[in-house]
Amino acid sequence: MPPAFTIAHVQTSADQGELRIGGRLTLADAGPLWTELRRLETSAAKGQALDFEMSAVERIDGAAMALLASLRAELHRRGVKSEFVAAGERVQRIIHLYGGDNVVARLRRRRPLRTLDQLGRATVAALHELKLVLAFFGQMVVSGAGIARSPRSANWRELPSTMERSGADALPIVVVINFLVGLAMAFQAAEQLARFGANILVADLIGISVTRELGPLMTAIVICGRSGAAFAAELGSMEVNGEIDALHTMGIGPMRYLVLPRTLALILVMPMLTVLADLAGVLGGMIVGVWSLDLTVLGYLHQTARVVTIWDVSSGLVKSVVFALAISLIACQQGLSASGGAEDVGRRTTSAVVVTLFALILIDAVATVLFRLAGQ
Amino acid sequence: MSDPVIQVAELSFGWDGATLLQGASFEVERGSIFVILGASGCGKSTMLRYLVGLDEPGGGRILVDGLPPGQGDSGRPRFGVMFQTGALIGSLTVGENVALPLQEWTDLPPDAVGGIVSAKLRLVGLQKAEDQLPSELSGGMRKRAGIARAMALEPDLIFLDEPSSGLDPVTGVEFDELILALNGQLGLTFVVVTHDLESIFKIGQRCIMLDRESQSIIARGDPRVLRDTSTDPRVHSFFNRTRPEVAT
Ligand SMILES: Nc1ncnc2c1ncn2[C@@H]1O[C@H](COP(=O)(O)OP(=O)(O)OP(=O)(O)O)[C@@H](O)[C@H]1O
Ligand SMILES: [Mg+2]
Repeated sequence: MPPAFTIAHVQTSADQGELRIGGRLTLADAGPLWTELRRLETSAAKGQALDFEMSAVERIDGAAMALLASLRAELHRRGVKSEFVAAGERVQRIIHLYGGDNVVARLRRRRPLRTLDQLGRATVAALHELKLVLAFFGQMVVSGAGIARSPRSANWRELPSTMERSGADALPIVVVINFLVGLAMAFQAAEQLARFGANILVADLIGISVTRELGPLMTAIVICGRSGAAFAAELGSMEVNGEIDALHTMGIGPMRYLVLPRTLALILVMPMLTVLADLAGVLGGMIVGVWSLDLTVLGYLHQTARVVTIWDVSSGLVKSVVFALAISLIACQQGLSASGGAEDVGRRTTSAVVVTLFALILIDAVATVLFRLAGQ
Repeated sequence: MSDPVIQVAELSFGWDGATLLQGASFEVERGSIFVILGASGCGKSTMLRYLVGLDEPGGGRILVDGLPPGQGDSGRPRFGVMFQTGALIGSLTVGENVALPLQEWTDLPPDAVGGIVSAKLRLVGLQKAEDQLPSELSGGMRKRAGIARAMALEPDLIFLDEPSSGLDPVTGVEFDELILALNGQLGLTFVVVTHDLESIFKIGQRCIMLDRESQSIIARGDPRVLRDTSTDPRVHSFFNRTRPEVAT
C-alpha cells in the first residue's frame, strides 16, 4: 500500500524553500515519512530557510507530529530557519501541543575526547575506585572493631543463612570443578612423567599445586561468581530502592547490618570449602594415577601424605581467607555505590565480578612471592 | 513564645549544576504539623534528605533539637522518616520491618516487640499484612507500612514524604485523621511533604511553598490563609488549582 501522505520540495527563492506536506500522516507511515523528510531536508544549508507548508494536511497524529517537530528543532540547531506555516486550526493545535512553535534552544557542542584524554580519564577513574575500595575497607575495620567491643550490636541473624547460601549451596560445584582440574592436570603430566619412569611423582605434583595454588584459587573464582555477584546485586538493588537510606534513618549502618555478616560468612566458609576442594583435586589426580600410571590407591595416597606438608595446606587456607575478604569487600562496595536504577545494579554487579577476579589473581601472585621470600 | 524543633538557616542545595533552592530559612514549631509544598520536581524530597541528615546540603545550617540531624544520642534515631515509596527492606516481612528499629534500639523481649508491631500496624490498618513481604503489597500499603515503621520507636518528630498520594480517598482521610490525632493527643510534630490540597487544608498548620524558578520559598504561613489572601499568582494558582497566567 502506498503511503497516505505526500511531500514535495519547492524552492520559492534563492535561500527559501518549502516542504509541502499533504494527506494523512500517521504512525503507520512514519518510516517512509522519516526517510523522505531526511532526504529532502539536506537541500537547506546554514543561513537558509526551510518551512513546513501544512495546508494540505488532512490528518496528523502525535507520532508524525513529533517527527516533524524534532526535524524542525534539528534544522534550527544547524542554523536553518524553519517554521510550520499555513496549518489549519486543528493541525495548529497539535503543532502547539508538540512544541512545534517553540523557540529552539541551542545545544552546546561537546568536543569529542581524544584517545589520550580518554586514557587519562580512565586512569583517574580507576585510581578513584581503588581509593573508594580502600576507604570502604577502613570503614569495615572500624565497624568490625565496634562489634568486637559489643558483640550484641552485630546482625547475627543473617549469618547462618548467608553461610548456607555461600557455603553449603556452593559445595557441589566447588568439588566438581576442583576434581576436574586435578584430573586434567594429572592427565597433562602423566605422559611426560611416564616417559621418565617417574610415575609416582604425579602425586607430588598434584598434591602440592592443588593445596598451595589451585584449590584456593579455583574455589575463590567460583565463590566470586556466585556470592560476589549475589552480594553486589542484593546491596545494589537495596541502594536504588532507597532501603539503605531507610536503614540510615533508623540508625542502622549498612556496614554493620549488611556488609559485616556477609564478609564474616565468607571468611568462615571459604577455608572449609578450600579443604574439600583440595581433597577433590587430589582425588582427581589419583584417578589418573591409578588408571593410566599403574599406581595403587594406597601408594598414591601415601606419596601424597609424604610430600604435602602442613604448611602447603595452611598457606592455601590463609590465602583463601584473604580471598574471602576481597570478594566480599569489593562486591559490597560496588553494590552500595549503585545509583540510578536497575541498569546500574547490573553494571555494578558485572564490575564487581571483573574487579574481584583481577584482585584474586593479583593477591595470589603477591602471596606466592611473599611465601617464597619467607623461605617456604 | 516559640520553641522550634527544627531550625533551618540559609539552606542551599541542588543537583550537579542545577540549583534548586538558595538561601532558604525557616523554623518548625514543636507540636505543629508543618507542610512543605511545591510543584513536582521543585526539590521537596531532596530537601527532606537534608532535613533528616542523609546528605549534607551545599550550604546553610540545619538543626534538629539543637543538633545537626545526623548526630546525637549515639546513633539512636531522634525522629521517624517515611519515604515517598515506603523503602521497606525487601527481604523482611512487613512485621519484621516495623520490628527492626525496636530490635536494634531497645531491650524488649520478642513478644513485647511483637505486641508493639501489631499495634502499630493496626493503627495504619495493616494488621492482616504483618506476615507478607513488601513485594506482595500495593503501593499504598507499602506506604502505610513505612509510616508504621517510622512510628516504631515512638519518636516525637516524624517526617512524611507524600503520605496520601497513592491512597484511595477514604484511606487518605483516615490517614489525615490519624496524623491529627497523634498530633493533638500525643503532641507529635509532623513535617509533611504533600500535593494533596484537601489534606493540606485539613492538617496543615504552617507551610512553606518552594519554587524552582526563583529557587526560593515563595510563600509561608497558614495554608488556609494563604489560599484566601495571597496575591502572588503562583501561590494563588497552586491553592486554587488553576493555571498561572503567563505574562508574555
Ligand atoms: N539522584 C538525582 N540526581 C540528579 N538529579 C536529581 C536526583 N534526584 C532528584 N533530582 C532532581 O532534583 C529535582 C527535585 O527532585 P525531588 O525528588 O526533590 O522533587 P519533588 O519536589 O520531591 O517532586 P515530587 O513532588 O514529584 O516528588 C528534580 O528536578 C530531579 O530531576
Ligand atoms: Mg518527592
